[in-house]
Amino acid sequence: MNMEEKELEVYDVIRSIRDPEKPNTLEELDVVTESCVEVRPLPGDEYLIIIKFSPTVPHCSLATLIGLCLQVKLQRCLPFKHKLEIYVSEGTHSTEEDINKQINDKERVAAAMENPDLREIVEQCVMEPDD
Amino acid sequence: MKDALVLVERFTAHPDSRCWHVAWNPTATLMASCGGDRAIRIWGKEGDSWKCLSVLQDGHQRTVRRVAWSPCGTYLASASFDATTCIWKKKNDDFECLTTLEGHENEVKCVTWAPSGNLLATCSRDKSVWVWEVDEEDEYECVTVINSHTQDVKLVVWHPTLELLASASYDNNICVYKEEDDDWECKATLEGHTSTVWSLTFDPSGQRMASCSDDRTVKIWKRFDGAYMTWKCVCTLSGFHERSVYDIAWCRLTGALVTACGDDGVRVFKEDSTADPEQPVFSLAAHVSKAHSQDVNCVAWNPKEAGVLATCSDNGEIAIWKYQDDHE
Repeated sequence: MNMEEKELEVYDVIRSIRDPEKPNTLEELDVVTESCVEVRPLPGDEYLIIIKFSPTVPHCSLATLIGLCLQVKLQRCLPFKHKLEIYVSEGTHSTEEDINKQINDKERVAAAMENPDLREIVEQCVMEPDD
Repeated sequence: MKDALVLVERFTAHPDSRCWHVAWNPTATLMASCGGDRAIRIWGKEGDSWKCLSVLQDGHQRTVRRVAWSPCGTYLASASFDATTCIWKKKNDDFECLTTLEGHENEVKCVTWAPSGNLLATCSRDKSVWVWEVDEEDEYECVTVINSHTQDVKLVVWHPTLELLASASYDNNICVYKEEDDDWECKATLEGHTSTVWSLTFDPSGQRMASCSDDRTVKIWKRFDGAYMTWKCVCTLSGFHERSVYDIAWCRLTGALVTACGDDGVRVFKEDSTADPEQPVFSLAAHVSKAHSQDVNCVAWNPKEAGVLATCSDNGEIAIWKYQDDHE
């Protein structure tokens, strides 16, 4: 089973996500790289995707916002069955554990996406150029 | 593991949305479900299958996270991410919104009726637990706001027989509250889980509680009544769940424990009757690895029919199961 293919599929979805603050993609800012995506097989033709991203600024709310964008875009765009884990890569942030916990709490993610202001920002970030 | 969990029926409850919660009414003739589509649905049996009797669409502006039946079965409470709790009254097959309880600063995560029917508890991401009193004129009044947790409170549940309330939180702890001088106070804080505690359930006697967590374990806590009430963790079930355990339910009729997991599975655990009561042993009695095609959010034992279970999932479905005990 070729995980590299799956990893590239995942990376292709996230690379073009726009940074919430700068006019660049996450790829351009090195927030995500090909090697930050890991895919592991799960039973039943499903895959576990683990992403470790590096926010450019040590700002808690920005990191959780990027995490939210990653969650939303992957949930919407990945064609194969998956479980997702998103982390701030170690050493890039002072409150890593707090951010990781929030990003991976699906109830918190769902509620955040019902906040019109947050939703608007996320939609702008995950929008494909030809949308 | 010789027992089995057999699928009885599966249906879409909330199209294109998550189904967050499903609850049997006290007589088990109806079920209420709620979801990300902001709707509450009432289900009734028509012959052998479940049919949607009513859709309550306009009660909330955001996700409805939890629904709870009053002990008499006439009222339904719904908790929403819109920061309100609605109280609905049953009128034939339909429900009419009686009142909306406001006060929480943000998402209400849970609502639950006390066995007496006179009290209601709610909890929220605002870190608080509210206790409400309802009088004979259907008037609701908040009697206490408790701030014992340091983070988002995920669930509140009443003790089956005593006036005790318990809450589960994103702060990894469980709090147990008792009424003292007209005020509710946290009497015990249960530490042990290493991540968010998603749900709690009391055993039929009320002597023990089971909790489930994002740390992928289930813990069994036993109550010790001395000069002070304390709870000790007497058993931890680890290595069974691959992802977050979102819900747990202790069957009042059979004593079996069931869990809902983010790995799409449903698991039933049975207590070993020969074990030392101070050190209970639970073993996995039945496991459906793909109970749904996505996360299982809720498990609810049918209160009248032993072994019947309802589950619901991120895929918007409700499923009904029959747990067949090999020893029957």
